[in-house]
Amino acid sequence: MSGLIGKAGRRGDLVQRALGSTRFTDDLHLPRMLHGKTLRCPHPHARIARVDASKALAMPGVAAVITGKDLPERFGIIPWTPDEHPLALEIARFVGDGVAAVAAADERTAAKACEAIEVVYEVLPSAVELDTAITKPEIGLGAKRQDNVSKAVDLAFGDVDAELAASEVVLEGDFHFEGTAHVPIEPHCAIAQVDAAGLLTVWSTTQVPHYLHRELSRVLRLSPARIRVIQPPLGGAFGGKSEPFGHEFTAAKLAMITGRPVKFLMTREEEFYLHRGRHPMRLSFKVGARADGTLTGIDARTQIDGGAYSSFGLVTTYYSGQLLTLPTTAKSYRFSSTRYFTNKPPCGPKRGHGSVQPRFAFEVMLDRLAERLKLDPIELRRRNAVAADSKTINGMRVTSNGNLECLAKVEAASGWKERRGKLGFGRGLGVASSAYISGTNYPIYPNEMAQSAVQLKVDRSGVVTVFNGASELGQGTDMLLATIVADELGLPLDCVRVVSADTDLCPVDLGAYSSRGTFMNGNACLAAARQVKAKLIAAVAAKLEVPEDAVFVTRGALCVKGREGDAVPVDEAIKLAEARFGALGAVGSYKTPPKLGGEYRGGTIGASPAYSFSAHVAEVQVDVETGVVDVVNVWCAHDCGKALLPTQVIGQLDGSVYMGVAEAIFEEHLISPSGLHRGPNLLDYRIPTSLDVPAIHSMIVESMDPEGPLGAKEAGEGPLHSSIPAVANAIYDAVGIRLSRLPFSPGRVLEALQQRGRG
Amino acid sequence: MLPLPEFTVHTPASVDEAVALLAKLGPGAMLLAGGTDLLPNMKQGLHAPAHVVSLQRLGALRGVRREGDALVIGAMTTLDAVAGSAEAKTHAAALAEAAAVVGGPQHRRMGTLGGNLCLDTRCRYYNQTAFWRGALGYCLKKDGDTCHVVEGGRKCVAAASNDTAAAAIALEATVVLTGPAGIRRLPAADFFVADGARNTARREGELLTALEVPVRAGRVSVYEKLRRRGAIDFPLLSVAVRLDREDGSARALDVVISALAAKPRRLAAAQKLGAADLATLPIDTLADAALRECNPLPNIEGDVVWRKQMVRVLVKRALGRATSLA
Repeated sequence: MSGLIGKAGRRGDLVQRALGSTRFTDDLHLPRMLHGKTLRCPHPHARIARVDASKALAMPGVAAVITGKDLPERFGIIPWTPDEHPLALEIARFVGDGVAAVAAADERTAAKACEAIEVVYEVLPSAVELDTAITKPEIGLGAKRQDNVSKAVDLAFGDVDAELAASEVVLEGDFHFEGTAHVPIEPHCAIAQVDAAGLLTVWSTTQVPHYLHRELSRVLRLSPARIRVIQPPLGGAFGGKSEPFGHEFTAAKLAMITGRPVKFLMTREEEFYLHRGRHPMRLSFKVGARADGTLTGIDARTQIDGGAYSSFGLVTTYYSGQLLTLPTTAKSYRFSSTRYFTNKPPCGPKRGHGSVQPRFAFEVMLDRLAERLKLDPIELRRRNAVAADSKTINGMRVTSNGNLECLAKVEAASGWKERRGKLGFGRGLGVASSAYISGTNYPIYPNEMAQSAVQLKVDRSGVVTVFNGASELGQGTDMLLATIVADELGLPLDCVRVVSADTDLCPVDLGAYSSRGTFMNGNACLAAARQVKAKLIAAVAAKLEVPEDAVFVTRGALCVKGREGDAVPVDEAIKLAEARFGALGAVGSYKTPPKLGGEYRGGTIGASPAYSFSAHVAEVQVDVETGVVDVVNVWCAHDCGKALLPTQVIGQLDGSVYMGVAEAIFEEHLISPSGLHRGPNLLDYRIPTSLDVPAIHSMIVESMDPEGPLGAKEAGEGPLHSSIPAVANAIYDAVGIRLSRLPFSPGRVLEALQQRGRG
Repeated sequence: MLPLPEFTVHTPASVDEAVALLAKLGPGAMLLAGGTDLLPNMKQGLHAPAHVVSLQRLGALRGVRREGDALVIGAMTTLDAVAGSAEAKTHAAALAEAAAVVGGPQHRRMGTLGGNLCLDTRCRYYNQTAFWRGALGYCLKKDGDTCHVVEGGRKCVAAASNDTAAAAIALEATVVLTGPAGIRRLPAADFFVADGARNTARREGELLTALEVPVRAGRVSVYEKLRRRGAIDFPLLSVAVRLDREDGSARALDVVISALAAKPRRLAAAQKLGAADLATLPIDTLADAALRECNPLPNIEGDVVWRKQMVRVLVKRALGRATSLA
């Protein structure tokens, strides 16, 4: 430990990004490279009767055209539900589904060639609205074509009916969330190349290189030994790049056919068709309490609009219920969640996968209960808080838990006690809290291997290289690993290089999803660094003829306790160790605890080696003439275990609040009844500008997790959750309206205000 | 990304050269000022001109200058320059305010006053990619014969989305056009036409060279824009107000409301005010009248019921601000 952990500092790659010198996937240009384009289906649901590409193939500059028949293998991120084809095989399931792909000399020619492909469609009955999917099972979008159900989960813990019947207060509420998109500024892009030896290399904007590697092998029917996946620096992902996509396979197939590199770069419109955004959900909640504020029962029913394909839907369906038993709990809990297929762009995981929507519903219910019971909403949460080192009602093991400290921080910082209810009509404060996983305890495909691994190579020059399978996507894992290694070995930060996300060079890490990076990747790296450290200490101890436990690492040197004059510089220690042990290196890996989660079907989903905790207070100003909600301040406290890189943690908190407030006020992913996206561009789909962001006051809480690397847990997704209900509850405090449908657009606010005025 | 169609660029160095080029190239040529609207529209396949005549070298069309009792603003003056001009802020405040809220800072540094005045009308069924419009079956304004905004509609109702248009009309400005037959001057109110498919009176071969704004003592003007975000968005509704006062009392009032359909709309109730009404300036009455006169259409993305309700609020706020300045 040499003092680098827990210090504020800027990430090394940010200057390059700000100056424009970072080379993203689209910045790569290979000799003789072709450009690909995808022809997309204009109907929400159609059988592909005939495809005639002869005119396209005859165009000068067109190298190849492929259709679904060229890639007949199904794929999908969840091994139990592979239901996508790189290009629709017989049936296209939404407006924007890929039907054919072209490789041509340039993008313009490829686009023109797509227009020249003649496709005959037989239009099929479609379910664009969730209600249609529920009421018309005969459309048959489900796996067995008998209904439109993607996944149904019903779980109960304790006797909910009896508990609710014996409650002094039972409240019911319905909530609606219409979906949002990730909107990374960098669109998806993939380049594929086959070299003379037959090795296929795919560069792609992915946050899961390992899964892409596996799926490429399966779909292309190619040995994984013939495939290399490289993830260049990413320009944002937020969960939207966490599964394989059709263009990754079509790029590879076209490269194999033409013998030339092929690049696919998505347009902004195509980004909205690839989608995998947050699921639309309709939620009905019933929550009961005793007069003293003890929560007795929670009964949740949720209908989920999944879009055209499964994606992570199986997990989403579980998460919509499983992750609600922390940090505030009841004596009994039941949830029934059903995900339906619809003929719309497929939904998937977005920052806070599956649990942001129910969190909104539940935290608003808590606010209503507190009001009814004449309790402070923070006090209500305190009285029903899950303790540290306990088990949740649905069997999740809880270790470190900074929930109460998070609540205390936002309470104090926002002036909650002094200001709430005293700001005058139009201005108000609202609170909410939440918890999230630090990685899933079980990998997506069942296996006994490590979830994360790194390899260290130690050079005589005093440089250590970390070969790391994890994906840097802006969250800072590269800097985290460099800091861990530098800190353990006493090196300056710039003497540690990190090579990430290249399946030929790096050991397997499962990817950047479910907030697993810091916890799993960090632990793997720490294990490797400590092995090297032990060798340096042994070598120095032998050289100085002192016991090993007398040697310690400090910044730049290894020292002997009580003999500070005998310090050996780290680069000297590396040479001593190499002389003594041979070439220096280490591998480190992280494996989750062997058994976590409830003893029931689905009990493993939601099980995590650690949980993070967040609390938010939002302050809003509502313009009662226009209905515009101005989120003025958001105080966010987050328990990340230990902030290894506090500047990056604060960045994640700020970013989460930004994204949460955007979903609360602005964003709505709308598909017209015709199945056509309402406006697949950044003018119609409005993400907030810098002028629309509240003043964000982010605060770190450290609970020192017993299993996290140096005590750390996640910070990337948790702090989004309760930002949305905090805004909802603040609007109620400000003007006395309860909005059940997100986002809180001025039209909806005004309508509710007018109803309140009439009522 | 969306590929830009191929075209030939021409860069005339004078207005005469530009007009001669337009005559020679014929209707297949389009004018490019700042390019902030034309280029994205070309990427979406809305225009595919064989020739693009860039006005970037026409330095003579840049700048704000006082000529007698008028402010002459060159068509190639950037919106940023209009917004920052002390003369414009003093004598044509509504125009300066409008220019200041177009798009974002980058748009305003590239985009020009002439370009904004000539901005193509916008509609959520029109400003989409060729794929999207094709999937819908195209529309009246481009490649099709159906209006998706007004069922059975035979006339395009795409919305005037240029912030400066309403201000130019309210300020009684004159649009100066140069064409093969020489210079033509049109009141801004007549320059805009109620046809979403072609919403200006600019003729083939003509170039908008300047906007002349009369300078009057006792005149105040304001511009109010409705949008969801603090920047970037085109107006969901806009209101420009001009108030002329003499000896401390109002003599004339103009309220122009835009982002409704193709042509900004002059509030009739304001035109009809007699001297006595002007003296008291009945803001609420005028705002109620505006609500009756204006019916926003679902032609642009945004809650149409809310946009309708905001007519009253925006008119009230604009009038309130104008009277407080007077």
